[in-house]
This record gives sequence, structure tokens and C-alpha cells, in this order.
Amino acid sequence: MYDILIVGGGPAGLSAAAAAQNRGKRCLVISNPWERNPLAKAPQIHNYLGMPGVNGAELLDRFQHHALELGAELRRGRALSAMELNGIFYLTVGSEVYEGRKLILATGVQRGQKYPGEEALVGRGVSYCATCDGMLYRKRGVAVIGRSKDAPMEANYLQQIGCQVTYVSPVQPVGLDPQIPYLRANRLEILGEQAVTGLLADGGKLPCEGVFVLRETVAPNDLFPDLALEDGYLRVNRQMETNLPGIYAAGDCTGKPLQISKAVGEGLIAGEAAAEALEAEAI
Amino acid sequence: MSNLIHFSQTGFEKALENGGVVVVDFWATWCGPCKMIAPAIEKLANEYAGRAVVGKIDVDQEGALAQQFGIMSIPCVVVLKDGVELGRLVGAQPYGAYAQALDKALS
Repeated sequence: MYDILIVGGGPAGLSAAAAAQNRGKRCLVISNPWERNPLAKAPQIHNYLGMPGVNGAELLDRFQHHALELGAELRRGRALSAMELNGIFYLTVGSEVYEGRKLILATGVQRGQKYPGEEALVGRGVSYCATCDGMLYRKRGVAVIGRSKDAPMEANYLQQIGCQVTYVSPVQPVGLDPQIPYLRANRLEILGEQAVTGLLADGGKLPCEGVFVLRETVAPNDLFPDLALEDGYLRVNRQMETNLPGIYAAGDCTGKPLQISKAVGEGLIAGEAAAEALEAEAI
Repeated sequence: MSNLIHFSQTGFEKALENGGVVVVDFWATWCGPCKMIAPAIEKLANEYAGRAVVGKIDVDQEGALAQQFGIMSIPCVVVLKDGVELGRLVGAQPYGAYAQALDKALS
């Protein structure tokens, strides 16, 4: 059991981890490799105070080192689902479950909207978890919509266990099993009424019974549908508390400006506030 | 003591024959979200003991049942009353959502 689970290893998440670790709290940061953070692609950053021209990747690397030196633990992967029960938070990453007393969401901004048909067909052919549901589609045709770096690996897994996989994405995948057909497409619609019957890809119909939608991150309000939003971002107060008890948010996911300084500042507040709440509960 | 039942095919059929409200969680050992909701299902079994039968079916062990129910995504929690399916909740849901479905079935 961790004191604090932190979803997201960008500036906000790492700042929150550093702040909470400084107060003696045990934190787990769940994050994709920092190299995939959009900030890592910024050659120069000109508005981070005191460090004009700093390289984005270098800055992220330093942030991460700092948090880890303070004792924060890091788990690479995507937080797939979450739950609160009796005041404990549970988070699924792959086939593992982590537990914590507080939760800080620092997920950044979600890129890409849901596809037409996706929401209506969840559990009726649409899946977000190859390891969970792959076995239920053995010997059947499935499409993998690859929107993450790990998607080819997950497609390979589905193929190995006996699914008939077609990989669909706008860019050529890296690491895809050459036996898996690849379809380049951008405009997608998931078809079916009672259950998935196919995928419409740039106007062409690909018949299949399952569609695995594999994105880099799961949106916070998919993890907790009751989270209140404001203008599409998570609503927080000055303590970075969301409307749900024990859940804090920081960084780009709480709204503009989408800047490093703001993320670092909010992360600090969230980390401190969560630590304080834990200390108050311990008395 | 836990009130949660691990159903086999025959055990499940018997539970349905007995009538009343039966809640069944289709899961598998390889599924992270299934493991995550396990304490919520356990709580459900204890809170509703005597009013509803709450159990789990491992889709790996009981493939025929999973197929019979058209399970396409797990976890999938199916609520039945007198052998008739009232509804199902797919994917990890908060405890309140399961409790609400059960309350509705009992009302």
C-alpha cells in the first residue's frame, strides 16, 4: 500500500512526488516512459524561469532523477482502470493492481477524441485491454486501432493467442509482427448495433468482431466518471482537490495555461495537500 | 466468512433454478481490472448476504458459460432475477454502481 498514487510522470506528477516524498510520504508514479511526453520533443524551452533555452528532454530527465532520488517509485505503463473502496484507491496497470490512500491525477491533456460507435459498443466488441479480453476473441477477426507506442506489441500478443488481427493506424507501426496485415487509415468509425460487426476505415469496411482501441493514456474521467469538469478540464480548488474526496489533480489536465511552471507549481501544491491530509488523518 | 461463491457450471445452474437475485462476475486471472474489482464484489456478497447470491465465474475454467452469456469483455457483472438477465455492467465500475443494480433487482 502506497501513501499516494500519482498518475502521470510529467512535470506535475514528478513535482507532486518530490513534494510528498519530502514530507516522508511513499509515492508511486505511474507513467509512460518520459520520452513519450510531448515536452521531450521540445528542443528549447524559453519560458521556464531561470533556465532560458533549456532542452525539454533534459529537463524531464532531471525532474525524474530528482523525484527518484527522493525515493519516489516509478512504474512504467498505462493506468487502465481505477476504483475507490472504503477510502482506498485501486489502480490497474497491465495485470497488476496498486493500492494507495490518496490519488493525484497528472495525466496531461488527452489527445484525440473517441471514435463514432466507440462508446456505445464498449463491452460489445470494443475493448481497451488486450490482455483482459484477447482470450475471448481467439479464432475471430479483430482490429487493433494503434494509437500508442505499445500498440504493436499488444497486437502481436493478440495474434500469438490466436486472434486474426488487422492493425489500423495513420502511421506505419514499429515492431509489428510482419504476419499481421497493416491498414493505413485515419478516419475511423466502429460499426455494429448489438455488437461490433466491423470497422469503417477511411471509407472502406473491415469486417471484424472485436476492436481494440489502444491509446497512450486513459482520460481521467474515464477512470472516474464522476469527476467534475470545467471547460473540458478537471475542476479543482486552490488545494488542487477535485470534487471527489482523496483525489487531487495537477498540471495540464486542470486547464490552461499548459505550461511547465504552472504544472510544477500545481504538482507541488497537490503533493503537499495530499501529504497534509494523510497527516491529519493519522492524528 | 466470505459469502462469495465461485461458481462451476452446475453450481451456477442450480443457483439460477433456486430463483431470486443472482449476481455473477465474469473474470479471469490475467485481467488486472478484474482483480481490482474483486474487493468490491466481495463486499457486495457480504452486504447482500441472505438477499442475493453473489458469485464469480472464471471465464478460463468455464468457457462454455462465458460463451453462453456472450461475454466479450471482462470484468462483466451480470444481474439475474429468477433466471432472467436484468442487465450487465461491463468494465471496472465503482461499488455504488453494482450496489445500485442489485438494489434495483431486489425492489
